[in-house]
Amino acid sequence: MTNHWIDIKNADAVLIMGSNAAEHHPVCFKWIMKAKDNGAVIMHVDPKFSRTSARSDFHVPLRSGTDIAFLGGMINYIFETESYFKEYLLNYTNASFLVGKGYSFNDGLFSGYNPETRSYDRSVWAFETSADGAPVRDMTLSHERCVFNLLKKHYARYTLKNVSDTTGVSEENLLKVYKVFCATGKPDKAGTILYALGWTQHTVGAQNIRASALIQLLLGNIGVAGGGINALRGEPNVQGSTDHALLYDNLPGYIALPRAKWQTLADFNKDNTPVTALKNSVNWWSNRPKYFASLLKGWFGDEATPENDFCYGLLPKGEDGEDYSYMQIMDKVYHGQMKGGFIFGVNPMNSFPNTNKMRLALDNLDWMVCAELHNSETTDNWRRPGVDPKTRKTEVFLLPSAHRVEKAGTISNSGRWLLWFDKAVEPGGEARSFADIFVPLINRLRDMYRNEGGTLPEPLLKMNWPETFDAEEWARRINGFFWADTQVGDKLYKRGQLVPAFGNLQADGTTSSLNWLYTGSYTEEDGNKSKRRDPSQTPMQAAIGLYPNWSWCWPVNRRILYNRASVDLKGKPYNPQKAVIEWDGVKWVGDVPDGPWPPQADTKNGKLAFIMTKDGYAQLYGPGLKDGPLPEHYEPAETPVAKHPFSRQNSSPVFKFFTSDMDKIAEAADERFPIVLTTYSMTEHWCGGGETRNVPNLLETEPQLYIELSHELAKEKGIRNGDGVIIESIRGRVEAIAMVTVRIRPFTVMGRTIHLVGMPFAYGWTTPDCGDSTNRLTVTACDPNTSIPELKACCVNITRADKLTEIA
Amino acid sequence: MPKAFLIDTTRCTACRGCQVACKEWHDLPANSTKQRGSHQNPPDLNPRNLKIVRFHEHLDARGNVVWNFFPDQCRHCLTPICKDVADMAVPGAIVREPETGIVLFTEKTAELSPEDVRAVTDACPYNIPRYNEETRHLVKCDMCVDRVSAGLPPVCVKTCPTGAMVFGEREEVLETARKRLEQVRQQYPKAYLADAEDVSVVYLLAEGKEYYYEYASFM
Repeated sequence: MTNHWIDIKNADAVLIMGSNAAEHHPVCFKWIMKAKDNGAVIMHVDPKFSRTSARSDFHVPLRSGTDIAFLGGMINYIFETESYFKEYLLNYTNASFLVGKGYSFNDGLFSGYNPETRSYDRSVWAFETSADGAPVRDMTLSHERCVFNLLKKHYARYTLKNVSDTTGVSEENLLKVYKVFCATGKPDKAGTILYALGWTQHTVGAQNIRASALIQLLLGNIGVAGGGINALRGEPNVQGSTDHALLYDNLPGYIALPRAKWQTLADFNKDNTPVTALKNSVNWWSNRPKYFASLLKGWFGDEATPENDFCYGLLPKGEDGEDYSYMQIMDKVYHGQMKGGFIFGVNPMNSFPNTNKMRLALDNLDWMVCAELHNSETTDNWRRPGVDPKTRKTEVFLLPSAHRVEKAGTISNSGRWLLWFDKAVEPGGEARSFADIFVPLINRLRDMYRNEGGTLPEPLLKMNWPETFDAEEWARRINGFFWADTQVGDKLYKRGQLVPAFGNLQADGTTSSLNWLYTGSYTEEDGNKSKRRDPSQTPMQAAIGLYPNWSWCWPVNRRILYNRASVDLKGKPYNPQKAVIEWDGVKWVGDVPDGPWPPQADTKNGKLAFIMTKDGYAQLYGPGLKDGPLPEHYEPAETPVAKHPFSRQNSSPVFKFFTSDMDKIAEAADERFPIVLTTYSMTEHWCGGGETRNVPNLLETEPQLYIELSHELAKEKGIRNGDGVIIESIRGRVEAIAMVTVRIRPFTVMGRTIHLVGMPFAYGWTTPDCGDSTNRLTVTACDPNTSIPELKACCVNITRADKLTEIA
Repeated sequence: MPKAFLIDTTRCTACRGCQVACKEWHDLPANSTKQRGSHQNPPDLNPRNLKIVRFHEHLDARGNVVWNFFPDQCRHCLTPICKDVADMAVPGAIVREPETGIVLFTEKTAELSPEDVRAVTDACPYNIPRYNEETRHLVKCDMCVDRVSAGLPPVCVKTCPTGAMVFGEREEVLETARKRLEQVRQQYPKAYLADAEDVSVVYLLAEGKEYYYEYASFM
């Protein structure tokens, strides 16, 4: 979230899209209802009418996978009605930047496309720069190649008719949303966008979110109270685990994964330290070498020295361009290229797409280690239905894992708040927390290396590794220490003392931090700030529900990111009633600002608002993503639509896919699979249900796999409510109970009726008679940037079943 | 001081936290349920579910989907008919705490004959009492009498994330209910407070009871 949960109440319009907030984040609805009480309009755009829709002012059904068409239509509406916030665009976004002559867009393809590699040469999308490297700007916004006009031209194709024809949303409903949301383009109004996996789990997932960023920047809704782009994280600590490099392509604190082409730290820093020609651009990532050196120092301690590149050479390097996502790993497992591994905190045999492939793949492992609360479809894959365990070779080590309430530590919530939790009870039996599994395991390996030797022992032996795990100590390590006596202002910090803020982190080995974003969370002066529960605030903070002394928030306790864009050039809030920060002539008051510098109007000391971008401006046009500098509508990898009105490029030209015999994707408009399937979770079960299916009172509320379908489709197929049905895709077959409902309705797409059905993915065979993985149907096609699979849209058919074997 | 609940169905998201919390607080074991084409599960109140959320969906006059949620529980009537009927057979089987207004089914309900049980059940205008075959008790919501007497809100109220449920002194709760109604009527002109003068658990309904549940209100 750019903002935070409580802040939702400040919105004048709440657009919930790609999220079923009421069902998946029940407590957040407290703040959405408060916004409603204050007069905000709550809108839910989603394929299905859900519990979220029931509490919204209105629901707009949308064919799954057409979000960019819908949002592109809103961008076009903003230009047509001139609803944009022009002052904001000029001062805070790259609307005025000229794009270089290498950029073009033609019939669904951006310039630089190579069909053989299915990839773009992104260098041709670069901005036009002057001799010193500074972007060329046209403050009159009249140049045909300025971002403002490129955007306007690009989205002019997103007419109401084209959008309606594609999305299946009536023109009347499109206008209903566009009008209400675009009314927040005024300086004193704010609209928030709440999204979740409904946007990310598409072959155009990253671009769905980019499209929302375009809208929020055009309307001046970033940095303000009640605005922002707010990812509702689907698990209590997704934010924290992402910050700490759960993902394969980065290190803690969003530092790139070292690659083969960067053999030395200097190589790495050269390519990962942006340089700006603008003197008033903070270009925060120019500090990256300090954060990386401090990370290495945190990992290797006294072994890390400037002379040895802080042990950078000991880090494994990814092959250049190689994708190490879980989808790729499972493909390697399928092809027998991996012998064993650890699967922790995920149940891939239920939750990954194309589960039939995943289940066969796992059989190829010689050994597997899992840590779980309960046996799962993954731990017990070797004895799954239809398989003779004697024919499966995998040796499984199933470690009993402690539950969340059986361990202490921190989580980072969606609003980036770092919250400490205590251990409520001791783990039962032999169960241990992950850390109490990992720390001794690494120590055992270290001992083996010490005593028996082996290939390349240094990475493990040189690690700054504890004997046992202590959550408090780890929180201190994450914050970071001084490794040499250091004077900060009038205070001398001794070696071993905590670093007070990330501004004090250095590239010379005198500081460590396991994640620079969290430096300042645990200090000598204030202790462990994740434990703070002090509701005190100033009247200005109270007006927007900002609690600076309650827990702690990265970065530097800033509750609303990019808040310097909430004020005019002189530092006066655009909305004085809901001011986030204000320049009082000497300093900023309110939230922690994006840096202490005076307002932008101060030509000597003022700084640009968007400190995380190289040139200080928010990126309407962004040359960084692999599938284009502007979001463009493409159909899902599997679609009932053979062509759409925006271009002849039906699906994304760069989405990732696999080529094994198990990775089939139906042709567009394959008559065998005419129905769109979307999948989701639900309130009563958590994600794949591996935990909650083992909680009897929850299983009682949602006991078995169902498929939600319209009365119209049910009639067509001779299906009655409560009937058993069989759902088939080109990849698999699943049984479910039909739930025939008015909450799903057929879409009219280019004059043709298209049906959509929805299924939860919470059920698996280890819970008797409840049904088995919905993901046996879903597709192994992925976003080119993130490798997140397209779990939200694929194509199926449905028939009534006389007899069910998976559900009883 | 008599207590009361407001259950504002226009704020309910049917998360069913109340339904599950009720089971947890009362240590009620789970039923083995089936998917029957509805999210409402268990399908009805039963000795192991003293509170369930009922779901009702329909299209309104303009063709918009309406999905109503009704967290169903004992209304704790000010003049409980169930008590009048039970008193004729086994005094003390059903009692009403004069101070709080909580209506309780006691262990003495086991002394009620099958005919008495039927009479009590049939008398309830809200279809609440359920007979526990194992204990032979009549059972229903006890308004978390143990919590309330310790100064805590009932567990369902405590669990509710959206403020759909409000618990407190009767007069204050009714005042809140009237204010809410006024506000809600701007969006739902037909909204009303169900049987507010006769019960301790007052529902704010957005439209007629036929769009919630046949026993949602008496009047």
